[in-house]
Amino acid sequence: MLTIKNLHARVEQKNILNNLNLAIKPGEVHAIMGPNGAGKSTLGYVLSGREGYEVLDGQVDFQGQDLLEMETEDRARHGLFLAFQYPVEIPGVSNMEFMKESVNAMRQHRGEEPLTAAEFLKKAKEACKQVQLPLDFLKRGVNEGFSGGEKKRNEIMQMILLEPTLCILDESDSGLDVDALQVVANGVNSQRDGKRSFIVITHYQRLLDYIEPDFVHILANGKVVKSGDASLAKQIEQEGYAFLGLDTSEEASA
Amino acid sequence: MTEQIQEALSRKYEAGFVSDIESETFAAGLDEDVIRRISAMKNEPEWMLEWRLRAYHNWLGMEEPDWAHVRYPKIDYQAISYYSSPKSMKDKPKSLDEVDPELLRVYEKLGIPLYEQEMLAGVAVDVVFDSVSVVTTFREKLKEAGVIFCPISEAIQEYPELVKKYLGTVVPRSDNYFAALNSAVFTDGSFVYIPKGVRCPMELSTYFRINEQNTGQFERTLIIADEGSYVSYLEGCTAPQRDENQLHAAVVELVAMDDAQIKYSTVQNWYPGDENGKGGIYNFVTKRGLCHTNAKISWTQVETGSAVTWKYPSCILKGDNSVGEFYSVALTRGHQQADTGTKMIHLGKNTKSTIISKGISAGQSNNSYRGLVHMGPKADGARNFTECDSLLIGDRCGAHTFPYIESRNPTAKVEHEATTSKVSDDQLFLCKQRGLDAEKAVSMIVNGFCKEVFKELPMEFAVEAGKLLEISLEGSVG
Repeated sequence: MLTIKNLHARVEQKNILNNLNLAIKPGEVHAIMGPNGAGKSTLGYVLSGREGYEVLDGQVDFQGQDLLEMETEDRARHGLFLAFQYPVEIPGVSNMEFMKESVNAMRQHRGEEPLTAAEFLKKAKEACKQVQLPLDFLKRGVNEGFSGGEKKRNEIMQMILLEPTLCILDESDSGLDVDALQVVANGVNSQRDGKRSFIVITHYQRLLDYIEPDFVHILANGKVVKSGDASLAKQIEQEGYAFLGLDTSEEASA
Repeated sequence: MTEQIQEALSRKYEAGFVSDIESETFAAGLDEDVIRRISAMKNEPEWMLEWRLRAYHNWLGMEEPDWAHVRYPKIDYQAISYYSSPKSMKDKPKSLDEVDPELLRVYEKLGIPLYEQEMLAGVAVDVVFDSVSVVTTFREKLKEAGVIFCPISEAIQEYPELVKKYLGTVVPRSDNYFAALNSAVFTDGSFVYIPKGVRCPMELSTYFRINEQNTGQFERTLIIADEGSYVSYLEGCTAPQRDENQLHAAVVELVAMDDAQIKYSTVQNWYPGDENGKGGIYNFVTKRGLCHTNAKISWTQVETGSAVTWKYPSCILKGDNSVGEFYSVALTRGHQQADTGTKMIHLGKNTKSTIISKGISAGQSNNSYRGLVHMGPKADGARNFTECDSLLIGDRCGAHTFPYIESRNPTAKVEHEATTSKVSDDQLFLCKQRGLDAEKAVSMIVNGFCKEVFKELPMEFAVEAGKLLEISLEGSVG
């Protein structure tokens, strides 16, 4: 599905990723943990092709294609989805309009007919239910006046509608209460079908109680310093990152 | 994102074709004789000629205004031709079947299939090509309702009392430099009269087209909604692509009698000039409406064209409880300059006005909102709400707001809100991550920004306006 080799990247002249390696097979769930400033969010942005994130070295193969050569929108159309940590507002553009354009852009890429308004509405309503958002969210402006939790659920709804092959969840648990956390996790779990892969970026083990990962990787100073199974996350929850000999003093989250 | 935007800010102007139609055009220049000839061509009565000549003398004594936030080289008014008419218009067509097929093809190219509009949309269309009104569709049906919708040149012949009574009452001959010029040389335009208590059975619409080189277009529109009547009117404008600047100085006067309502919508897409700022239309327009008691006038405009725009559709709220509205989307790109806004003059008690202005600037363009809210001493309990939002695309364009508020009445309330925002990298990234290309993303963001105004347009034109914005934005992102 995804093979990252020797990835080096920088933002605003600052090196963030240093020789990062990671391999993800279809159907696997990989959790990425690590102290602030380790490069977790940067990894998500580099993979999805955000402007300003400059790749200095390395290769990324996504389903047999050179991911780093692809335009941002092409990566998305090939099935790479990023659930944002801080979803941005687009005033005046309804969620419905936005998602319909988006779904149809993906369909067009796959050579499928665009969905009609009625077909789309049916799917959107189901997705809305799955993340327990009231239907009037479809009519509201994209993220306009949504609470933090609503924004996160809205991201998961988009993921469900777009049916991506690789989902990157960037701290989809931050700022959520237990109930909302469960809704988000259920949404994600409903999409685990043995083929779709997930990268779950999180600070906290508690999300992993609900979304059980196949692998847990600890990211520090821009590279994977330790990998293991779900028990690694539990160990970190109890002992912190200190046992890895890492400097965990506060740095701005990247 | 900035880099992307700087890439190719130019896009072809889709309405920029020139039509090969034989026409009769006056030699360039303006003097009394030219005005007499225009008047004679139109077979006008003596009073009309007198009116024009008085306007001409007013104009001679006036200075071209220079206070707007726009820059353009000095206009040589003697280098402009003040009359051009397609030759085949000499024997005026009585119906569409008699119209020069080449002319009809022009309108088809513009996306205005007249037959189709007639059949499907039920829109009555008056088409003004250069200086002459070509045909007015749907007249018979309107006649049944008692509605008069015809070229103003014809109204001068057929309904002289109405024209005499109202012409120049809202925009006086000597109102301003361009209005005076228009009053002297106007060649055609539309005339509408809605009788008492009549709700006009369909949307009325006029398309203006400048085709000839070196001609100015000076149309004059007069709409009178008698007591308790209602009318919705839409105008659209295009012009071919030419290297020279062309002058368009129109005057629109609206009169809403007691309890009447006029909704006036404009989709303006005059040629904006090329990527280096060469050519394009100078759009210097005076539009004003007068509201009597309980009357309401709404101006809605979508302005995407013209090299320079100078335009302030206004309402004089003379009658008690009258309402004025102004909804505007102005998009500038390339080297376009727009100085546009409104004036709400509150004279009567409990008068209300709403101003929603959305300015979008891209490229190296300059977009200014200029608005006056005046509360007169007798305007007890009058209220105004103004919202003025600017959206910037890229970092070489400008957005400016010049609000003027004059209150002479302590009970009047004026509210003003203004925001400036940019199409952010975050928004663009979100859209792209969801599979949308940059162009689609920007047009969606801009459409969202304009939503409040689009919903004021008649439905079929709201769709058109959205498309027009999309086309206009093509090439403004890489």
